[in-house]
Amino acid sequence: MSKVGDRMDTEVKATIFGINGPVIKVKGNKDFHMMEMVLVGKEKLIGEVIAIEEDTTIIQVYEVTAGLSPGEPVISTGKPLSVQLAPGIIGNIFDGIQRPLHYMEKKSGAFISRGLEMEALDSEKKWDTHITVQVGDNVSGGDIIAEVQETPLILHKVMIPPGMSGEVIAVEQDGQYTLHDAIVKIRDKRHQEKALTLVQEWPVRVPRPYRSRAGIRRPLVTGQRVIDTLFPIAKGGTASIPGGFGTGKTMIQHQVAKWSDADIIVYIGCGERGNEITEVLEDFPALTDPKSGQSLMSRTVLIANTSNMPVAAREASIYTGVTLAEYYRDMGYHVAVMADSTSWWAEALREISGRLEEMPAEEGFPAYLPSRLSQFYERAGYVGNLNGTEGSVTIIGVVSPQGGNFSEPVTQNTKRFIRCFWALDRQLAYARHYPAIQWLTSYSEYIDDLTDWYEEKVDERFFQLRTKMMRLLQEESKLMEIVKLIGGDALPDEQKLILEIAKIIRLGFLQQNVFHDQDTYVPIRKQFKMMETILYVYDQAKTLIQASIPMSEFRKSGISEELIKLKYTIDNEDMEKFSEIHQSIDAFCNALHESYKGVGKKS
Amino acid sequence: MHFAMRFTKVIKGLAKRADALFEGTAYRRQGTGVYWVNLQPVRRPIGSERWRKGRNSMQLEYLGLKQISGPLVILEGMKDASFEEMVEITVNNEEKRIGKIIEIEGDIAVIQVFEGTSDISLTNTKVRPLGHSLQIPLSGEILGRIFDGVGRPIDGLGEVFPDVKWDVNGTPINPVSREYPRNYIQTGISAIDGLTTLIRGQKLPIFSGNGIPHDALAVQIVRQAQLAREEDAEFAIVFAAMGVKHDVADYFRESFQNSGVLERVVMFLNLANAPVVERVVTPRCALTVAEYLAFQRDMHVLVILTDMTSYAEALREISSLKGEIPSRKGFPGYLYSDLASIYERAGMLKNKKGSVTQIPILTMPNDDITHPIPDLTGYITEGQVVLDRSLHQRGVYPPVIVLPSLSRLMKDGIGEGFTREDHPAIANQLFASYARVQEARALASVIGEDELSDIDQKYMAFGRAFEQEFVSQHKEEKRLMEETLETGWRLLGLLPREELDRVDANMLDKYYRPYDNARGEL
Repeated sequence: MSKVGDRMDTEVKATIFGINGPVIKVKGNKDFHMMEMVLVGKEKLIGEVIAIEEDTTIIQVYEVTAGLSPGEPVISTGKPLSVQLAPGIIGNIFDGIQRPLHYMEKKSGAFISRGLEMEALDSEKKWDTHITVQVGDNVSGGDIIAEVQETPLILHKVMIPPGMSGEVIAVEQDGQYTLHDAIVKIRDKRHQEKALTLVQEWPVRVPRPYRSRAGIRRPLVTGQRVIDTLFPIAKGGTASIPGGFGTGKTMIQHQVAKWSDADIIVYIGCGERGNEITEVLEDFPALTDPKSGQSLMSRTVLIANTSNMPVAAREASIYTGVTLAEYYRDMGYHVAVMADSTSWWAEALREISGRLEEMPAEEGFPAYLPSRLSQFYERAGYVGNLNGTEGSVTIIGVVSPQGGNFSEPVTQNTKRFIRCFWALDRQLAYARHYPAIQWLTSYSEYIDDLTDWYEEKVDERFFQLRTKMMRLLQEESKLMEIVKLIGGDALPDEQKLILEIAKIIRLGFLQQNVFHDQDTYVPIRKQFKMMETILYVYDQAKTLIQASIPMSEFRKSGISEELIKLKYTIDNEDMEKFSEIHQSIDAFCNALHESYKGVGKKS
Repeated sequence: MHFAMRFTKVIKGLAKRADALFEGTAYRRQGTGVYWVNLQPVRRPIGSERWRKGRNSMQLEYLGLKQISGPLVILEGMKDASFEEMVEITVNNEEKRIGKIIEIEGDIAVIQVFEGTSDISLTNTKVRPLGHSLQIPLSGEILGRIFDGVGRPIDGLGEVFPDVKWDVNGTPINPVSREYPRNYIQTGISAIDGLTTLIRGQKLPIFSGNGIPHDALAVQIVRQAQLAREEDAEFAIVFAAMGVKHDVADYFRESFQNSGVLERVVMFLNLANAPVVERVVTPRCALTVAEYLAFQRDMHVLVILTDMTSYAEALREISSLKGEIPSRKGFPGYLYSDLASIYERAGMLKNKKGSVTQIPILTMPNDDITHPIPDLTGYITEGQVVLDRSLHQRGVYPPVIVLPSLSRLMKDGIGEGFTREDHPAIANQLFASYARVQEARALASVIGEDELSDIDQKYMAFGRAFEQEFVSQHKEEKRLMEETLETGWRLLGLLPREELDRVDANMLDKYYRPYDNARGEL
């Protein structure tokens, strides 16, 4: 970062030579730096240097290039594509290169025009600032120098930019400051004085530094049964949601964004539908965070680069989002990044690569697709920060596989860098089984890491029961093969019972209704109780069958229907009711045993 | 695999071909790979007619060309040209054609010629930059008119006197300026209204196949579509046909005329033998008109685009002529972004009354829903209505296969306050029950229908009745929303009440009535 920055004062100028979609060629100056941000043409469109060959520099432009002519000027800015980090980020909505969309609307109306120069954050707003350092303190990168209540939920901690250190020589009083007011002055080792404001900048393609990687031990609780119970994700972990169109990828992202226990959500709408962003903008402010009762928007940042916005900015949006997430991680927060969808980001890579005439690898994607994907997902992690706090960045990336086929390059390469795979299934979606996470093909590698937490906080038998439930579902899928051939009636009662219980699990446990006010978010405690109850019924029913009591008795009882409706009939906090159900099941089984005992003796 | 050979840019790969072309002529080579061609900018006297019309560059006309390849021509020595600028090409000093600059490298420009390049030679043309991108004249009188693929009138009623002229490419809508779509359009077709409700501001494609009556369905939708409730807002339809056959175009025109809806329709016809370059512009012209009517004249506009497969193939043809690197099935890598630049122009804006709703129709090559065109379309649009060949062969019209069909926005645009309180529940239940029918059918195909359990037999009966009475309807039949919902409840009566697990008890009490046995034979 600093190397490019050193040349700030000497502006590099050149002229446009060739134009091909978002890629332009520039001639007349050899002094551009790789990844440097440039201003293109008379309208000063924002671009980035992506290749340099002899006297030709190749630039990708983040805005529509129609109307550019050869001969127009290109000016360097001396710094790489960066984001502005300061209070005002949370609750805001930006495009792929951190331009605030609300402000753009004010400037250019409902349709986005080009060459709008603006600051990412409102530089006039005054923030109530509490300064936490004193003259004489020694500070270094990451240390907190001030605090600002950014939203009711988020206390923004202003930090020394990484790489800077020194002694505090002057501080302002607590009070109202704008982003660019100097609040603290430090003198570094070379005896240079530096004024610090509420703002720092950071290049989006460079991960922010941390002290150490801490172990992954805590789950990101989402309130979605199939995730928390079957395929949990850890704070600081990575997950991928692949699925064809119409399988509900975005729905799951929205649910996790709404209900997960992360402190901050960074939602990246990368090449997705405009109406979906509008839906988030309408829904989130109205929803309240289950922990604090505050509006969900006061912990959410939106990055929206819809599918019809310029493709190069779509490529950048992923990095912009994850950089914002890392910044809040540095303050000690747990941040979840939702990227919807990484396939359109890969598509942007492919488009630009094609225009550069690079040698394509699989299906026209550039050969560096896997390395770019790994660079992105490796920015997730549970870390010890420079200032001693702990924070995490969890990345959940949607993949939209071509033709719904998971063997395509983006899904396959993503699978190598994530540890939690929530595979969405078209057949389930067609049968309106939501969330359509296929339990046979999905997996989570975090179960071992999280066992301690679940055993301590929920129940010692949690993963034991989970394994049991998974086994039943596995057996069901095997039995269904047989049923398809000979029909269900031909099976022995024991196997019929497995099918019955698996059906209860599918309908009553795995299916979750996002439109139901109780069922949309289910605390992990209730998830456990539901699982336990269903499996308890299984054990009890098995004793019935072992006592040669026909399966039809069990079916007649209506227990199945009752279990399927558990999610609606028992309130999220009402754990007492489960013991009532246990009792009634016991009573039913005992009565049945009694009555058949008589039959057995008579015959 | 000589990728490098195949993908070399036209311009770069030109040297050899041009050598052959110019052999034995007066042209000669200068330096490495650069040709001197008969290209002398003609400077017209300042103050002449042409000079006054436009900006500086209009003074220049360029004589001759460097290369011609399909609908593309390459011009050298061009100065001040800008990317995506329109040019006027005069052939043999009489015929005028228009073209668009699609790539610039130094003083070499690649130009797409809209009317095709027949009769063009390297020496008989004059190219004049127009100083702006492709624009279309707009006014209120545009309703009821018929245009060709690039917006020139072909109904013999003369030019449109413009209120404004808009760039056909449009600009992206700022997501924060969008209004979330919440109200529906009644198409009078049960399968759509009941199960995949069309919402104002939505883009809901119809996935069809060759030989499946999507044209008839499109006509029926145009004829019957109306706003949900009595409102003073006006309703208009923009119809764009891309690469359709002559007789199909006539069918559309006549159907609209005969049913008296033509005065609220704007038609763009790009026929199957019209130049492919025009085809790429056709949907953009149509959407520009739609945006004008919606956001300047407060109308609710339904845009029907057929056939998007022809559009995408035109895009591929041009891409391959430009020597671009192909991705899936030879389509260009930017197919997703390009389709999005069309589909995302649907929507509603805050503080504006109008709306743009899109029904793109596409024929799935080989009925394959995973083909790149339906696949990428499905990822951009808000759901899809899928037509099925086997239903069509069984005589079901419209042959909508409901399980893969979906309307993403319907959850917020139906139910109480919009259609009827029971709509979400019944739609959900019909989907779920019909999904169960498929299981019963799979089983029946193995063990025979007679061997099925009682309940499975009921599902079989329900499945048949559902296809015959709910999905099926006459081409002239317009069903109101209430009729559609009533039919749904009547059919659910075929199933025992316990099976209806997607509807809550109150709703069942109110609407569920068991079918009498006599009808159960269906």
